[in-house]
Amino acid sequence: MPIIKNQRILENTWTFVEDDAPLPAGDITVSAKRWTEDKAALLQHTGKLGVRLAPADNVAALGDDLPVIKLIELNFPAFNDGRTFSQARLLRSRYGYQGEIRAIGNYMTDQVFYLHRVGVDSFEFNNPKDMALALSAIKDFTIRYQASTR
Amino acid sequence: MYQYNEQDQTLIEERVTQFRGQTQRFLNGELGPDEFRALRLMNGLYIQTHAPMLRVAVPYGLLASRQLRMLAKVARDYDKGYCHFTTRQNVQYNWPSLDRVPDLLAELATVQMHAIQTSGNCLRNTTSDHLAGVCVDELEDPRPYCEIIRQWTTLHPEFAYLPRKFKIAVSGSEHDRAAVQLHDIGVYLVRNETGEIGFRVLAGGGLGRTPIIGQTVKPFLEKKYLLSYLEAILRVYNLLGRRDNKYKARIKILVKETGLEKFTALVEEEWLQIRDDMLLGEDRIAAMQAQFTPPAYESNANSDTGLAQRLTDDAAFAKWFKYNSVDHRISGYRAVFVSLKAPDSPPGDIGADQLDALANLADDYSFGEVRSTHRQNLVLADVKHADLYSLWQRLDALKLATPNIGTVTDMICCPGLDFCSLANAGSIGVAKEINQALDDMDYIHDIGDIKINMSGCMNGCAHQSVGHIGILGVDKKGEEWYQITLGGSSENEAAIGDRLGPSVAKHQITESITRILDVYVQHRLEDETFLQTVKRVGLEPFREKVYANH
Repeated sequence: MPIIKNQRILENTWTFVEDDAPLPAGDITVSAKRWTEDKAALLQHTGKLGVRLAPADNVAALGDDLPVIKLIELNFPAFNDGRTFSQARLLRSRYGYQGEIRAIGNYMTDQVFYLHRVGVDSFEFNNPKDMALALSAIKDFTIRYQASTR
Repeated sequence: MYQYNEQDQTLIEERVTQFRGQTQRFLNGELGPDEFRALRLMNGLYIQTHAPMLRVAVPYGLLASRQLRMLAKVARDYDKGYCHFTTRQNVQYNWPSLDRVPDLLAELATVQMHAIQTSGNCLRNTTSDHLAGVCVDELEDPRPYCEIIRQWTTLHPEFAYLPRKFKIAVSGSEHDRAAVQLHDIGVYLVRNETGEIGFRVLAGGGLGRTPIIGQTVKPFLEKKYLLSYLEAILRVYNLLGRRDNKYKARIKILVKETGLEKFTALVEEEWLQIRDDMLLGEDRIAAMQAQFTPPAYESNANSDTGLAQRLTDDAAFAKWFKYNSVDHRISGYRAVFVSLKAPDSPPGDIGADQLDALANLADDYSFGEVRSTHRQNLVLADVKHADLYSLWQRLDALKLATPNIGTVTDMICCPGLDFCSLANAGSIGVAKEINQALDDMDYIHDIGDIKINMSGCMNGCAHQSVGHIGILGVDKKGEEWYQITLGGSSENEAAIGDRLGPSVAKHQITESITRILDVYVQHRLEDETFLQTVKRVGLEPFREKVYANH
């Protein structure tokens, strides 16, 4: 499925691997739990590595691993779980994370303006029809009253 | 009063465009009801019993006359000719139709008004003292800080999807007129031992189902740290506040369950990491203060001699003067309350013609500004002594001069079962009945400062738990019953009222209230207020009388 990255539509090259599944070739993301428990094995993987976070996961726990993590997927179980916004902000502002942060799961195109502001730079949607809406919604406002990631 | 710049204007216009698109997608079936619900709430739009209800923001209760005229126009063109002032100093319309709300918001935007974040689980309108800048007991005008907070809260990208709604109030005076201790964050301007003015910050207050009084998390905060401290509290709350149960999702529950000490430590830890990156500069504060400079008061206003004569000659005017006006920090001026508690009108309601006329009065007598109060009245804050008599006459002709501010008929009341889909019981009808029972103005003035707050359900929009007398509508097998509490207060000595006993049936509520007042009159010592008597004698004498033969 395509994604939006840096406001362009691109093919997604990443695969999420369930906790008990063998690692496929290519770029993969795993849960925070698997990352902590399986880190040594994961670092042997030839493709790029990423982590999928749930809203309750503490981003500080990724700590020193951030330079080897190339993608962090922030998963919305429901669109109104606003912890995701703080996770992105902390990753960028406090921990200086430079890699890709992607919003996934059940969220609305109407939230991409805020997500973009707190530091999310790619978006995956369950419904491909949302792509065009999201590209426009990133630019819903030209005014910013407060500091954030951007 | 704060003047919008081009950016402020652009933002609210962009918000209208955004909401127009969202409404269209909903009406086309492209946006689900749950998703649209969250989005419309953050634009103040509820779906109510009869029609949508739209809540319009009045930042810290300040309105210009041109904005009043727009409220009147909207009342005529989109509603049934009236609107309702709320306990958060905002305005509500009960009858707009959903498809026309984007047009309504576009009209409001032409006078720098909006409905952004007036509902939903987000940062709400910041409220303040309705006598800010004019009262005699003020350390510093809180409004510049309110506006700074307003801007910070508006479209804050990180805190738009909080566990629950979040309300902030700021007060700069000795007497707390803004119910600061009952807010998610309360801010008092205070002076420290070295004479510097800063903020005392409270967190974890709130009404609703579990009313809790806020606790101090920062006894003294330097001004430059205002926004970083708010951001630290909000980040801790956003990450740790409960999301599993909406009745336990307010910050008051987080503070209670975490414990004040640990909660404060979490906030401090967060704050230390961000405070130097978010300094509020002295230049920014000064620029904002310049937006709230005093109006051009007449230096000879205190040379008026006519007022004393009028007060002697006209007893009705004297009564209004005593109850509906207060001292002003400038000699020769007074702040005037416009009572929205006429006996035959629902508390807080005002008609379109009254709004237009009031806009004219504001222009003629009070520098074109009006304020809304958290007790659902309005204020003309800067009236010359020499103008008071003619202002009173004109207000009286508009039925806006009932001399009952701070008395038992100055009730706070929610829209109740008649309008609200949440309510269990009516409130407006009960208020009317109590008003009819208390039709003797001399008696009302004799019993003095008694605050009745009445909500139609335990969501507590009318702050019943902090009323001197609180009335809460409950549903008993489909019938409307009312639970009474006594001894609450939202002022400096904030307190949650105690339950008097079992709830009473609708036909008994008015008599219960008059009996409570009788007990007070019977037991009071000289000059003792209702609240003081309740504290001294306890609930028992009231109980005995209210539940006798019920």
